Amino acid sequence: MKFGILVSEGPYTHQAADSAYLFTKAALEKGHEIYRIFFYHDGVNNGTRLTTPPQDERHIVNRWSELAEKHKLDLVVCVAAAQRRGIADAEEAKRNGKDGDNLAPGFRISGLGQLVEAGIQCERLVTFGD
Amino acid sequence: MLLHTVNKSPFQHAALGSCLRLSKDGSAILLIEDGVYGALKGTKISSDIENAMKTKKVYALEPDIKARGVQDRVLDGITLIDYAGFVDLAAENKAVEAWL
Repeated sequence: MKFGILVSEGPYTHQAADSAYLFTKAALEKGHEIYRIFFYHDGVNNGTRLTTPPQDERHIVNRWSELAEKHKLDLVVCVAAAQRRGIADAEEAKRNGKDGDNLAPGFRISGLGQLVEAGIQCERLVTFGD
Repeated sequence: MLLHTVNKSPFQHAALGSCLRLSKDGSAILLIEDGVYGALKGTKISSDIENAMKTKKVYALEPDIKARGVQDRVLDGITLIDYAGFVDLAAENKAVEAWL
């Protein structure tokens, strides 16, 4: 079955980023397709590669990047939510005259249309958030 | 039918109460994260859950129950599932509604 995932809570907040990750992993292990994971609102903070948790703690951002690489996942960060929270890829940073970018590997920045399209294309859209 | 997920403690948030009141008979309700506090015996909302279980199926995510050390206090009739079970429930029901 084709699943879409919506994450609207930041990492290390409550538990939504962890729940979304563990659900995604379980779905992949069962042979389901994860069509897209869309990060919205504070969820965009899942996509900054500057995240540096203590070494003995789970690294929520790297965990997404690694899962994306392994399973060729489409991790999409909402552009408007990202701009407000200082999440940018090289192109966005340049466009907005910023001196650095911070989007983590495996993520891409795009618009809300990507969430709508996931809602249309997927058989189930599962929301994790605050 | 719908799968409803509730991730907020019923003692801090109205989500579980709204879900119990508004979900249709035959629905599946899954308690996750702090929502699992709604699955416990001897609380002020235990009787609401027991009433709901007459017409709805209530599940709780076992890893989240265990993370909070409340596995010995779960109400009879609530089914404990893991993430694989969560995926199955999401697939079996026609949609998943998160009560955030």
